[in-house]
Amino acid sequence: MCISTSAFAGGYRVALQGEQATGMGHAGVAMTESAEVVFFNPASMSLLTEQTHISAGITIIDSKTKYQNTAANVAAETDNPYGTPLYLYYVRKYDERISLGLGVYTPYGNTVEWKKDWPGSHLVNNISLKTIFVQPTISFKANNKLSVGFGPIYVNGSVEFNRNLTTGLTENGNRSNVTVEAKGITDWGMNFGVLFKPAEALAVGINYRSLVNLNANDEKANFENIPDTFKSTYPADTTFDAKLVLPAELTIGISYNLNSSTILAVDINRTYWSEYKSLDLTFANGAESNNLRNYNDVNVYRVGIQHKLSNALTIRGGAYFDSTPISDGYHTPETPRNDSTGLTAGASYKITKQMEVDVSFLYLMFKEFKASYDYIDDNNPATLDTSFKGEYISSVKAIGFGLNYKY
Amino acid sequence: MMLKKNQIFKVTGLIISCAVISACDTSFDKPVGDVSYSNGTADFSKFVSIGDSLTAGYADNALYLSGQENSYPAILAQQFAKVGGGSFAQPLVSDNLGGLLIGGNENSEFGNRYVLNAETKSPEPITGTPTTEVTDVLPGPFNNMGVPGAKSFHLLSTDYGDQAGLGAGTANPYFVRFASATNTTMIADAAAQLPSFFVIWVGNNDVLSYATSGGIGTDQRGNINPATYSSSDITDPTAFAGIYTQLVSAFTTANADVKGVLINIPDISTLPYFKTVPYNAVPLDQTNADDLNAAYTAYNKGVTALLAGQPDEVAKRTITFAAGQNAVVISDEDLTDLSGSGLPSMRQATANDLLVLTSSSKIGTPKIENDQTSIWGLGVPLEDADVLIPSEIELINTARLAFNNTIKTTADANDNLLFVDIEAIMAELSTTAGIDYGTGSITAIYATGGGFSLDGVHPTARAYSVIANRIITTINTGFSANIPAVDPGNYTTIFVK
Repeated sequence: MCISTSAFAGGYRVALQGEQATGMGHAGVAMTESAEVVFFNPASMSLLTEQTHISAGITIIDSKTKYQNTAANVAAETDNPYGTPLYLYYVRKYDERISLGLGVYTPYGNTVEWKKDWPGSHLVNNISLKTIFVQPTISFKANNKLSVGFGPIYVNGSVEFNRNLTTGLTENGNRSNVTVEAKGITDWGMNFGVLFKPAEALAVGINYRSLVNLNANDEKANFENIPDTFKSTYPADTTFDAKLVLPAELTIGISYNLNSSTILAVDINRTYWSEYKSLDLTFANGAESNNLRNYNDVNVYRVGIQHKLSNALTIRGGAYFDSTPISDGYHTPETPRNDSTGLTAGASYKITKQMEVDVSFLYLMFKEFKASYDYIDDNNPATLDTSFKGEYISSVKAIGFGLNYKY
Repeated sequence: MMLKKNQIFKVTGLIISCAVISACDTSFDKPVGDVSYSNGTADFSKFVSIGDSLTAGYADNALYLSGQENSYPAILAQQFAKVGGGSFAQPLVSDNLGGLLIGGNENSEFGNRYVLNAETKSPEPITGTPTTEVTDVLPGPFNNMGVPGAKSFHLLSTDYGDQAGLGAGTANPYFVRFASATNTTMIADAAAQLPSFFVIWVGNNDVLSYATSGGIGTDQRGNINPATYSSSDITDPTAFAGIYTQLVSAFTTANADVKGVLINIPDISTLPYFKTVPYNAVPLDQTNADDLNAAYTAYNKGVTALLAGQPDEVAKRTITFAAGQNAVVISDEDLTDLSGSGLPSMRQATANDLLVLTSSSKIGTPKIENDQTSIWGLGVPLEDADVLIPSEIELINTARLAFNNTIKTTADANDNLLFVDIEAIMAELSTTAGIDYGTGSITAIYATGGGFSLDGVHPTARAYSVIANRIITTINTGFSANIPAVDPGNYTTIFVK
C-alpha cells in the first residue's frame, strides 16, 4: 500500500481524514453524520442511524514550497508528487447501545522533494514519510445524552530520507550524502472519544488520540560519494536506529443545529508536538546525528457549516487556522511551512437512499516568511556548517472524493 | 444566514478554483532575479585582472583547473557577462592535480594540490602524474594575468617570463607558460589588451613570502632596488609605491577611460597558516615535565647568572614545564646572544608568537631519530623558520600598512578607481562567526571552516566567490551598476582524499 502525502502547517500531520469534515474546515468531533466518526470521535458510532455505515475517500494534494535567499541571489522550489491520503471507515450496530467499527486512515505523512544538491541540500534533498493507522473500535451509548468510544490503533510507518552530509564534502565532484530508509516500523496507540448531547440540537464532543513512537531499529542507511579516508566514519550499507514521533491530539468541539437543515460545527484541536524534541539517528558504527527540532504544542481552530439544499444535495463550507509548531531558528526545509489559514468547501449528493458521494476542496493560504535553521548537526567532522536561512512561501491545495454507504 | 447567496457562491467558487487549478499559485513579493541588471557607468567589455596566486585562483598549494575556473576574476567575469562583459580567457593548466612539469620533469617546489586525509587529519598531495608542461607556452592574450608567487616588482620584470631564467630563479614557471614573449612583462601583456576594466591585487607576496618562511628573510626597508632582494625578503614600501603607480598608469595610459578596482593586503595573522598551531599545546605528564626541567636547569642557571641586570629577559628565557599543556621552546634571535657561553637564544613561546602551519608536523617529533631528548619544541627549540616572533610580525605589519596606504591613496585619488578592503574582509572571516554569505557561512578555521584551502593561506573556491561578491557590491555602489551576486554555497571548499 502506498500512501504518500504532504505536510501542512502542522509539521507532518495531514488533516484530511474525511471528505464531509474537510468540507467543514475539518471540524467534526461533534458531528454524527457518517462513518467518518470512527476517526473524529468513536463515541458517535452509537448515534449513527442505520445498521451499517461505510465511508471511504481519497484526497489529492498538490503542495509546493518556494525558497529564496536574496543575499546569495538564489532560488529553489519543491517538486513534490501529489499526496493521496485516504481512509476507510466501517461501523455496524451490535445492539441499541453498542456499535463496532474499523477505521483505516493516514493522518501523518510528508513528501518533500527539493532539487538534488539545492542550497539547503545539507538539511534535506528529499523526505518521504508514510503511515497507516488501523483502528478497531467500539462505542457504548450510556444513555440518550452520553456515549463513549474507544479503539486501539495499530500503526505501520515507513520513512525515506536523503540529505547531503555537508555544504562542501564531495567525492569526484559528487556531493557526499546519506540515505536512511525504514520500512514497516510499527507501534500501538489509541483513540478515545466522548459525545454529550445536552439538548436535541446541540452535541459536544471530545476526542483524544495518543502519542505514537515509531522506533526504527537496524534499518538501512547508506552513505554515498564518500572520500576514501572518510569511509570508516561514513560507511556504505550500514544501519541506523531512530525514533519518529507521531504526536497526540486532543480535540474538543460542538455541533449545533441552527435549523432543521443547517448545522454549525466548531472545534479546537491541540496537537502535542512538544514531544518532538530532536531527530536523533545512531549509526551502526556508533556515529550519531542529532537534529534539534524543539517543536511546540499548537492549537488549530476549525469552523464549518453544513446546509441541506434538498433531500439529495448538501453543501458545506469551512475555515481553519493552523499554526506552526516550529519555533524561530528551527525551520528546516523538510517541513518548511509557517502558519496558514485554510478555506474549504464541499458537497454531498445522494444517489440512492443508501449511497451518497462527497466532494471537498481545500485551499491553504500562506504568507511568505523569513526563516532559519540554526542548529545544524555539529557532530559532523567534515565541516562546521552553521545556519541555513532564507525566505519561504508555500501553497497547498486539495480535492477529495468520498463515498458513503449505509443500510 | 448572514451572507447573501451570490456571496456564498463567489467564495465557494474561489475555493474550488484555487483548489483545482493554478489560479492561486503563490510567489514571493520580490522574487530574486526579477530585476534588470546594469553595468552602470563602467564598461566591462574588456576585463583584465592582474596579480598573484590569489588572482590566479591558486588553492591547496597548487594551481589546478577547477581552482582557476573558480578564481575570483573568473567569477567576476561570469557576472560581468550579464551586463555587457566580454569573453574572459585564463591560462588554464592541463589537469586537476596542479603539479608542474618543467621540461618533462616533476618539480618538488610545484607539486600537486593538497587533499585532506581524514584518517590522519593532515593534508597530503594528491597522487598522480601532473601533465602541465611549463615550456608549452600558451598563446594569449589572457584576461587573467594572475601569476602565483608574483611580487609587485615582478610585474615589471622583463626576465619573469623567460624560461631561460627558471634555473636561476629570475623567471616564474607560471608566467613562462603564457608570457607573450621572453622579454615581456606581466603588466605589458595586461595593458596591451587595452582593458576597459581592471582589478589589481598585488603586494601580498611582498610580505607573505617573508611571513610563511617564518621570517628568515630580510626587511629591505630603505633599499629601493628589488633586483638585490632575496625571495623571502620584505619589499621596501617606497619601492612598492613607485611600482604601484607604474602599474596603475600602465592601464590608464592604454585607455584613458578605463575603470578599475584596487585591492589591499590582508593581515597575515588572519590566515590559518599562522593561527592554527597553538603556542602552548604540548601535553606532558609529571615525569616528562620533571625530566625536561632537569635538562633545562643548567640553561636557566646560566641565563640567570649572565643576565643578572636584565630581570625581564631572565624571566622570558627561564624554561619550565609542568604536567598538562605546555608552551613550546622556540629560537629567538632577538634575545641577547649568549652563544659564547654555550647558551642558545631560546625561550618558551607566548601568545604573541605565531607558529607556522608546517611546524605542527614537527612539534613533538625527535630531531635526531630515536633520541627522545631531541624532541622539537621540548628538548630542542623550534627553528627561526617555524615561528614568527613579535619583532618579525611588526616588520611585516609596518610594511603591509605602508603598502595598504599606497593602495588606498591611489584609489582615492582617482574617481575611476574603487578600493576593496580585503584586510577587513579577511578580519571578518577570522572571527568566530566568520562571514555569513546568505545560505551559510565560512570561517578561517583550518580544514573545517570552509574559508581557507588546505595550504592555510589561499581561500577556497567558496571564499573566492565571497570575495567576488564583495567586489561586485563595491562596483555596484561605486559605479552605479546592478550586477548580481553568486551563491557561494555553489562553490567547493576543501577536498578529502
